[in-house]
Amino acid sequence: MHEAMVAENILESILDAAKTQQGRPVRALMSCGQINAINDEAMEFAFEAAAMETICEGMKLEVKHLLMKALCRKCNCDFDFDLRSPICPECGESDFAIGDDPPLLLEEIEFE
Amino acid sequence: MTKILFRRLTSLGFYTIVDGIKMKVRIEKKILESNDACAAAARSFFEKNSIGCVNIISSPGSGKTTILARTVRELKGKMNIAVIEGDLETDRDAKRIQAEGAQAVQIETRGACHLTARQVTESVHSLELAGLDLIVIENVGNLVCPSDFDLGEGKRVVVLSTPEGDDKCAKYSKAFVKADVLLLNKTDIAELLEFDFDRVKAEALKLNKDLKIFEISAKTGDGMQGWYDWLAENFKS
Repeated sequence: MHEAMVAENILESILDAAKTQQGRPVRALMSCGQINAINDEAMEFAFEAAAMETICEGMKLEVKHLLMKALCRKCNCDFDFDLRSPICPECGESDFAIGDDPPLLLEEIEFE
Repeated sequence: MTKILFRRLTSLGFYTIVDGIKMKVRIEKKILESNDACAAAARSFFEKNSIGCVNIISSPGSGKTTILARTVRELKGKMNIAVIEGDLETDRDAKRIQAEGAQAVQIETRGACHLTARQVTESVHSLELAGLDLIVIENVGNLVCPSDFDLGEGKRVVVLSTPEGDDKCAKYSKAFVKADVLLLNKTDIAELLEFDFDRVKAEALKLNKDLKIFEISAKTGDGMQGWYDWLAENFKS
């Protein structure tokens, strides 16, 4: 349940942003990579729990999953790296340099 | 429908889109920013002081502490190693390392499934750093959550033990894809378990061609020399 810590961090950022915005936060969008291992249901549950008794209670949190980038060392092709099928889509080799995992990011907040 | 669109660039880099009464605010804030910043500070501290740092990740019971206890015992006098132990409860692991004559600090996470950079930084303060070659962080036993949290380490090591089964690399790929070393532990009972080393190695290398793999038994000492050589190559100043 590392989602609990992620939820607390998100809540803190939303509460921070809410200070300078009018209205109530109703929706937020976060994005993550595969290594972040964010499970949507666990994330939703953790955020709901964290948001209780704050102005964020009842907010909707959406999660966008992004893939890592990899560079094939055989054919030099740049591709989206999927942990579930770690092969180069061009040449089928599995010798590649993997880029950084997309960071856990709070992308936007919607106020109403 | 009147759509009012305006951009307001503030010092925080926000811009705002107003659509009727709804308002979207772009934030682009790194969620684990505070952990990442703390890890980066720790990393530069270690580099400046020529101290190596390794983060060890595995399931509970794979033999991390047994590997470390044997490592500090057999490298005594050759390499000065301190250990930071992470567990949900008890200081048992730190005591096992201290019994071998090495420095060890225990972090009790009280239920948290991973260590954070802040916890590690605080623990480093209680270590005697003079003459230290390497700090090994033994993360909380968990093959999923710790992968997410940078602790400021220079190298990451994953341990997989034979009783866990030879199909785990693809199942828990997140732990293996960014690791530098894979220690396949408990080779002494592998035959009984019909553990297929070739399968594990092929799966692991498919995810991460640069992974160094050592087959070891921390109990009997078999294969440990390769691991010690790797430590010496990477961390002996």
